[in-house]
Amino acid sequence: MLSQHSELKTGNNADADFIADHLLHRLYRLQQQHRHIPPQLMVEVAREFGLPVSQVVAVVNFYSFLYQQPVGRYHLLFSNCTSCGYQAGEVNLLALLCRQLNIASGQTRADGVVSVDETSCIGMCDHGPSMLVNGVPIVNLDEGRIKQLCNLIAAEQSLDDWPADWFRINNHIRKPDLLLNAPLECGDSLKKALAGDALLMLESIMQSGLRGRGGAGFATGKKWLFCREAESDTRYVVCNADEGEPGTFKDRVLLQCHADALFEGMTLCAYGIGAKKGFLYLRGEYRYLLGHLQAVLRRRYDSGLLGASILGQAGFSFDIEIVIGAGAYICGEESALIESLEGKPGIPRIRPPFPVTHGYLGRPTVVNNVETFIAATHIVQYGSAGFSAVGTEKSSGSKLLSVSGDCRTPGIYEYPYGVSIQQVLDDCGATQVQAVQIGGPAGSLLAKKDFNRQISFEDVSTGGSFLIFGENRDLLSINRNFARFFAHESCGFCTPCRVGTRLLENSIGKIADGRATWRDVDEIKQLSGFVRHYSHCGLGHTAANHILDSLRHFPGDIQNLLVQQAFTPAFDLDAALETARQMTQRDDADAHLE
Amino acid sequence: MTERKIKIATTSLAGCFGCHMSFLDIDEQLVQLNERIEFNRSPLTDIKHCGPSDIGLIEGGVCNADNVRVLREFRANCKILIAVGACAITGGVPAMRNYFDLRECLEEVYLHGAGVTNPQIPGDVELPLLLDKVYPIQEVVPVDYFLPGCPPPADAFLAILLPLLNGAVPPQMADCRFYYD
Repeated sequence: MLSQHSELKTGNNADADFIADHLLHRLYRLQQQHRHIPPQLMVEVAREFGLPVSQVVAVVNFYSFLYQQPVGRYHLLFSNCTSCGYQAGEVNLLALLCRQLNIASGQTRADGVVSVDETSCIGMCDHGPSMLVNGVPIVNLDEGRIKQLCNLIAAEQSLDDWPADWFRINNHIRKPDLLLNAPLECGDSLKKALAGDALLMLESIMQSGLRGRGGAGFATGKKWLFCREAESDTRYVVCNADEGEPGTFKDRVLLQCHADALFEGMTLCAYGIGAKKGFLYLRGEYRYLLGHLQAVLRRRYDSGLLGASILGQAGFSFDIEIVIGAGAYICGEESALIESLEGKPGIPRIRPPFPVTHGYLGRPTVVNNVETFIAATHIVQYGSAGFSAVGTEKSSGSKLLSVSGDCRTPGIYEYPYGVSIQQVLDDCGATQVQAVQIGGPAGSLLAKKDFNRQISFEDVSTGGSFLIFGENRDLLSINRNFARFFAHESCGFCTPCRVGTRLLENSIGKIADGRATWRDVDEIKQLSGFVRHYSHCGLGHTAANHILDSLRHFPGDIQNLLVQQAFTPAFDLDAALETARQMTQRDDADAHLE
Repeated sequence: MTERKIKIATTSLAGCFGCHMSFLDIDEQLVQLNERIEFNRSPLTDIKHCGPSDIGLIEGGVCNADNVRVLREFRANCKILIAVGACAITGGVPAMRNYFDLRECLEEVYLHGAGVTNPQIPGDVELPLLLDKVYPIQEVVPVDYFLPGCPPPADAFLAILLPLLNGAVPPQMADCRFYYD
């Protein structure tokens, strides 16, 4: 049996300090207790939170880590990312795991001991194949470890007794630059800011040219100013630590090593815009960081850097609470994140109005990425001139890249904006590279001829994911993986995305299985345009990028797999009759289709 | 000299004939239309097999082996094939069984259902075998045009047929009226 002690590793033995009183947290505790959320408890929770039952049911349905059927006492979620997933190496480790445990993926074994499923990237891309065991990441999995793990489960060993090095997560900072090199003393930036006017600080952030590091690249100073100027008596600061783009793990490292700078950045923002309350929205996959983050917050409160009268300045109070997600990539989109903060399914809002005027609870809200807040702290500490001197004209400062895939040293690489892709490849020991995917599945797939291009907002923009595919990778299997990712992560709100991403997944599968014709390729192009133009939010707008990029850069890979016919059905017609044949015990000519 | 009449064939696969009924709702315009068209296989004629035709209208999705054969016959004989209505295009209401395993469905209906006497799975060779799922028709044969709606309104039939009769390209879906009521 799992001991109480195993909660140590999930970090939730720590007191509930700084954990928001939130529907998701309540449901998470129930999930831990009952291994699913029984319907009668949904009714109770609804009453407790003063919500309609339908909203609680919708939330349980929406988030991947909440279940309506019981999961096993050991619940294994294997990442299916191309870098930290079960197929990152030669062997399909998920298939091996399922064979060893005598279980099918997506199911709970009849004895209730174990359940296995896939999950989207868990941000361990620099640690090889990885999975979450009862929410805790274990890394560097190989055939040997999988077999050992199955033995531990068979013996029902407590997680505490599993080999400690399976849980060891390194920061792998390979190349520090502007942000990672600069020492930041706790509270120094705040002291500097508080010595002057808030507007002066905003001015300095604007002068630095800092743009949001999450991907969209909106000018941070301007965002803060808009929020400050929006009419309201209440404002909020939200840190988006829901990095879910497959291949991204830089926020994991920043939360581990630079949490102080992050919280300081949020506090600076609060000072700048006049907010009293802030949230750190942490992705569920990073729950193991919770204890650490709580300790940092505790220390900052004790040092007078958070709470009432910060640094003795009367009237400046700011509190930070943590809200933990439950497995939904879409919650990285700022308006979906805000919906989630409000205890709802993470369905993106129609924008405008933007969060700076109508955000959390309809109040002006700044939502920024972890790296953006840390950069802001740096700018206030060291001045805007030094920051804007680094990088390119429209992309000042540096960018943290999460480098993984086929290279010798995956990890965190920080570069001034403007670095060439080839430079990154050289530094991480990537040779014989076929392609790189920059910005995750929603970003751009680039071939060799583009390796002289630059990482910057004006050329190749990225939130930080840098996936390397060597020459012996089957690129179509990558497309298939990405297509599946989007179909799984579509929030289901709008039809073009909900249905379109699934159709794209089917079509890519048809090509990869060698059953497709030119007609299918034409249809994929048409469908891609449709999904891109008619979807409600960025997920749909970008979901077909990787397919169009592949068609553009690697048309041969697809052409070679096409069958030379005018049309082929979408499925195997004769196989679709098999169940009926078995049940009727028929095998005559009419019981078959060519 | 009278013009050659345009041949139209129609059928309902896994559908409810509601699309056919909606087609008849063009009312008096049927009279004018009838001067330009003649029906081949259709519930309106009693012709058993689809012969060479200009336009084929398919209502309903594909749920069994017979649907596949009929659909293929239409495709082989019709110059233009049109998927008519939600079921043909997406599987529609019959595709709600896709949430269940075929085995579960048959066992519930023929073995374990309330009021079943002499429980057995019918296996007569006269009966077409069910496919594991209900499929939209474009996953089985190439389709030229789609006429959405449940059913498509009467006007929509004219909106797609009249241009085709005149040798023109019908308007895009976005320009059509379409209903789900």
